[in-house]
Amino acid sequence: MSGDLLEAGHVTKSFAIGGLFGRGHFNAVDDVSFTVQAGRPEILAIIGESGSGKTTLARMILNTLAPTSGAIRFRGEELLEVRGRKRRLDFMRQVQPILQNPYEAFNPLRRVDRYLYASAVRLAGAQSQKARDEAVDAALQKVGLSLAEVKGRFPHELSGGQLQRTAIARALISSPALIVADEPVSMVDASLRMSIVNLFQRLRDELQVSILYITHDLATAYYISDRVIIMQKGKVVETGPAREVLIHPQHPYSILLKESVLSPDDVGRGRLTLEHDGEAMRLERIVR
Amino acid sequence: MHPSRRDNGSAGEPRPAPEGPPALSVDNLRAYYLMHYFGVEREVRAVDDISLVVRRNEIYGLAGESSCGKTTFLKTIAAAVRPPLTVVAGSVRYGFLDRDIYALSPAELSAIRWKHLSYITQGSMNVLNPVRRVRQSFIDFAYRHMRLHRRAFFAAVEQHLRRLHLAANVLDAYPHELSGGMKQRVTIALATICRPEFIIADEPTTALDVVVQKDVLAMIREAQQQIGSSMLFVTHDMTVHANIADRLGIMYAGRLVEEAPTAEIFTKPMHPYTAHLVASLPRIGEQSRKKSLSGAPPNLAAPPSGCRFHPRCPLTMDVCREASPALTTLAPGHRVACYAASPLVKPSATAERAAVPTPRAEPVGLVQ
Ligand SMILES: Nc1ncnc2c1ncn2[C@@H]1O[C@H](COP(=O)(O)OP(=O)(O)OP(=O)(O)O)[C@@H](O)[C@H]1O
Ligand SMILES: Nc1ncnc2c1ncn2[C@@H]1O[C@H](COP(=O)(O)OP(=O)(O)OP(=O)(O)O)[C@@H](O)[C@H]1O
Ligand code: SF4
Ligand SMILES: [Mg+2]
Ligand SMILES: [Mg+2]
Repeated sequence: MSGDLLEAGHVTKSFAIGGLFGRGHFNAVDDVSFTVQAGRPEILAIIGESGSGKTTLARMILNTLAPTSGAIRFRGEELLEVRGRKRRLDFMRQVQPILQNPYEAFNPLRRVDRYLYASAVRLAGAQSQKARDEAVDAALQKVGLSLAEVKGRFPHELSGGQLQRTAIARALISSPALIVADEPVSMVDASLRMSIVNLFQRLRDELQVSILYITHDLATAYYISDRVIIMQKGKVVETGPAREVLIHPQHPYSILLKESVLSPDDVGRGRLTLEHDGEAMRLERIVR
Repeated sequence: MHPSRRDNGSAGEPRPAPEGPPALSVDNLRAYYLMHYFGVEREVRAVDDISLVVRRNEIYGLAGESSCGKTTFLKTIAAAVRPPLTVVAGSVRYGFLDRDIYALSPAELSAIRWKHLSYITQGSMNVLNPVRRVRQSFIDFAYRHMRLHRRAFFAAVEQHLRRLHLAANVLDAYPHELSGGMKQRVTIALATICRPEFIIADEPTTALDVVVQKDVLAMIREAQQQIGSSMLFVTHDMTVHANIADRLGIMYAGRLVEEAPTAEIFTKPMHPYTAHLVASLPRIGEQSRKKSLSGAPPNLAAPPSGCRFHPRCPLTMDVCREASPALTTLAPGHRVACYAASPLVKPSATAERAAVPTPRAEPVGLVQ
């Protein structure tokens, strides 16, 4: 057994489907390697272009999609080997997802508390109704909700931010060692966003949970991450300590990313400039 | 990869004063979720007495914390109202319609949908039919409105997609083959391709990386200037608002608490909640913890008395607990509902109402 919690070695996923990218194949994830050490919990941010393969990578780490080539190991065990009900459950207990779009993560016809109870029973071993309620409520409280607020509701009866937080709560129920969070804060306001990323920090510092934090939000990535991986077109283009990479990006795409962050200070100048694609398309205006 | 883009020389000129009727006027709108649970009546007052106007050719931004009622407000003005959501009072009038939108029949509503009024819903990927290719969605929603031959139609669609950084081959994909951000952009393309007079957008850029987001916002801005559409743009992201909205409305617990030209909201916020929002904006390079608001967001089934912000407000006075402050014009184009902002702010005459509502309109089902 190696000393790694998670190890991705030369992972590639290629798709060839419905004429999307012509015949032939294209690599949605292209030769990606990284490790997360065991015993040294960290927050690893994955930032990148829309369509650069972040969600695909996350699905492979969650073992819901198999790599075309390369291998992913969790605590030294290759994910392909994780078979059979017991081992799968054990894996799920330790590696929990927070999926990108909560509207897709929850079946609209199923009450959201069902998902939470299912996790409490299957993954946290809560037997009595009381134990279930407690496990579920404790997880919801961590994200600023409560069982009373969520109980009996269908996904469309919650606001976007409430649903997103319910998804986070669900991932916390089994006390995982690794959380794969795909844009967990994109639907919540700045204040909640801070309380969620602060929660991630606490999970890391107090409960030794490592977190893969996929995000488009460079400010929170800078704020909470230890390391960052920047992806473009399936490849890792830059990686390193979060502060260093985000303050002094080296790769042209990382530089472009940083420059494209909208600033509230633009108000009054209100510049939306599009010049990076070479063609001098500029769109400037005054927000008055 | 990108199409050639026209240089649009509109830099910096203030726009001409709007003429004619506003693009949208909403008056004293109330929309509640009315629920009966095990014999208990529960009413969630998600939109409670909101009045606002969106001018022609304007992008009106609406901001506020999670669950303050932004989406509910949009559903209501789009007449996408389904039980338990009920319009309890108020009117919604669009410039392109001669009547209140609730006076339209379902058939009339679906006739204006996409062509005159587009609604990009939150997490909106569900407009895309999961078992059909994206191409089919464009045919279903836009083909008959565009009045083009098939070839020309798809040429227009492809050009439009390219402006959103999408290659034409997404048309041949099924929704599950697209990434989150790609689906979001397909939805934006669907909503804008017919050049509707009014666009309602709920968090349309949350799934996009910053590079694409910036271009998508610029595209929306550009398209909006060319077509002259008006837009109601909801996001909790104040930085996005700073860059796209002409005017901003700030919502708190189902009410509009402040409204002003965008720059003024950022430089001279008058409501304590707005001041908090502006002060807590994250900036890259910062590691200090931002102060978050004390207290929990209010429960809209039992909202606080008086000013709904009072349990969390640093400036609370006695009067705040008793009566809701009226949204009052304190400077040109600047409305505020806070007693501390000015002695001119008086209790609202319309804010409080009896608990049992009389449904004002039959719920109509125009959504997708
Ligand atoms: N099941 C699939 N079949 C075919 N292509 C797919 C499939 N899933 C993803 N893709 C393609 O793989 C690429 C990467 O998609 P992915 O969802 O991983 O991107 P992402 O980095 O998560 O993007 P976003 O930030 O927009 O969510 C995209 O081009 C997408 O169209
Ligand atoms: N169908 C429904 N039945 C009952 N309550 C609902 C329903 N839909 C929304 N609500 C409640 O109404 C309130 C306002 O929700 P809304 O979706 O309008 O918020 P929002 O401002 O859009 O939030 P977010 O930024 O998180 O999307 C919330 O308390 C929510 O739980
Ligand atoms: S009215 Fe009172 S409680 Fe409400 S925001 Fe103003 S000072 Fe605060
Ligand atoms: Mg994704
Ligand atoms: Mg919403």
